[in-house]
Amino acid sequence: MRFVDEFRDAAKARALSAKITALCEPGRQYKFMEVCGGHTHTIYKHGLEDYLPENITLVHGPGCPVCVIPMGRVDDSIHIARQPGVLMTSFGDMMRVPGSGGNFFDSNAEGTNIRMVYSPLDSLKIARQNPDLHVVFMAIGFETTTPSTAMTVLRAAAEGIENFSVFCNHVTIIPAIKAILDSPDLRLDGFIGPGHVSTVIGCRPYEFIARDYGKPVVVAGFEPLDILQSIYQLMCQLVENRSEVENQYSRVVPWQGNPVALKAIIEVMELRPYFEWRGLGFISHSAMRMRQKYAAYDAERIFALPGVRVADPKACQCGEVLKGVLKPWECKVFGTACTPETPIGTCMVSPEGACAAYYNFGRFSRQRVREASRV
Amino acid sequence: MCLGIPGEIVEILEERPDLAQVDVSGVKRTINIGLLDDDPPRPGDWILIHVGFALSKIDEKEAADALEFLESIGKAYEDELAALRDSEID
Repeated sequence: MRFVDEFRDAAKARALSAKITALCEPGRQYKFMEVCGGHTHTIYKHGLEDYLPENITLVHGPGCPVCVIPMGRVDDSIHIARQPGVLMTSFGDMMRVPGSGGNFFDSNAEGTNIRMVYSPLDSLKIARQNPDLHVVFMAIGFETTTPSTAMTVLRAAAEGIENFSVFCNHVTIIPAIKAILDSPDLRLDGFIGPGHVSTVIGCRPYEFIARDYGKPVVVAGFEPLDILQSIYQLMCQLVENRSEVENQYSRVVPWQGNPVALKAIIEVMELRPYFEWRGLGFISHSAMRMRQKYAAYDAERIFALPGVRVADPKACQCGEVLKGVLKPWECKVFGTACTPETPIGTCMVSPEGACAAYYNFGRFSRQRVREASRV
Repeated sequence: MCLGIPGEIVEILEERPDLAQVDVSGVKRTINIGLLDDDPPRPGDWILIHVGFALSKIDEKEAADALEFLESIGKAYEDELAALRDSEID
């Protein structure tokens, strides 16, 4: 395992760190939210907080798609999987997410057939190979995975496959950011924008944050230096009294996003009036559902769902962690009752969840940096 | 699932131009390139792959950097590669 002391550009990181520190106004506290779970992973894995001055705090955002799925949707998935002749598929990350009566593995032990797939196209292939079963793809993810689901539905329609449907749980990042901006719990100074989501949606959807809320946004890559560089750019904007959307990750993210991907999403799906997010509650227009035109591929229309809202376990504080109000280690059950092996809350399940990332790496980073800096 | 994995296009399938053979860390897999229709990749080009679909074209240096980064994060990348190995898109 590699830790901060081994990361490639530690010298460059220290140089950036000095530039960031020089921009900080003495006595002022700065809070930046990294929206994307991939960034959270990098921050803890490489101990980046230790490269920042004490007056900059990184707040982890809601950008972990597994983490924001509410328990009721897990229960609904298991309900579908229990119907006769159904084979359900989902991404591996979803398998250990707890519903009110257990996770997908527990459900399989009781007789359902829920399989992990790498791609929705794998799910479609399983449908082709099993014409006597109905194959449901339990779709999750932000705009990084939504186009893949849409393209798979278009493919199924083109081939005339009739035993395949999607249980659509795709969520959209912008309304979640807006909910956080409107929440009185947290005062943020700027955002580290998600990298791969922006490959699809581009940078323009963030402009309201800069324009209406006066907060800078820097879309960032995933390497340690990308994140430090983005924090530097955020600090420059604050010092110069600017609030703009900047693209630090332009080597991958086009300003306009991927028009083909957006077209595929709009063809197959539409915004739901509202959707429940774990921890954040109901957020308007924050998730996608299948359009009427593709009703034949919509598991929600094919199967009658209980659709029961299930409250999170009382001990679980994922909601506060997802909103950035609590740090992972401030949760009452962190690392004791809730671990990656036996997660109570979703933030401990996915490798992109703030709790899992901190549990796996963060606990060690501060000490490691101190050791490294003595050498 | 959210990790973008770099891969190099080996060949575009003749009868299915939306599919390509792609080399990902030495593993050859079929990947859907339909989302790059505006500027289709050619053999030798590098792409960033999400759940079986190429989402963007990248240059070779970015691919090398991204790969080095993914290898540094360990298990999450290994799990993603293992899932990709089991994938049989067509």
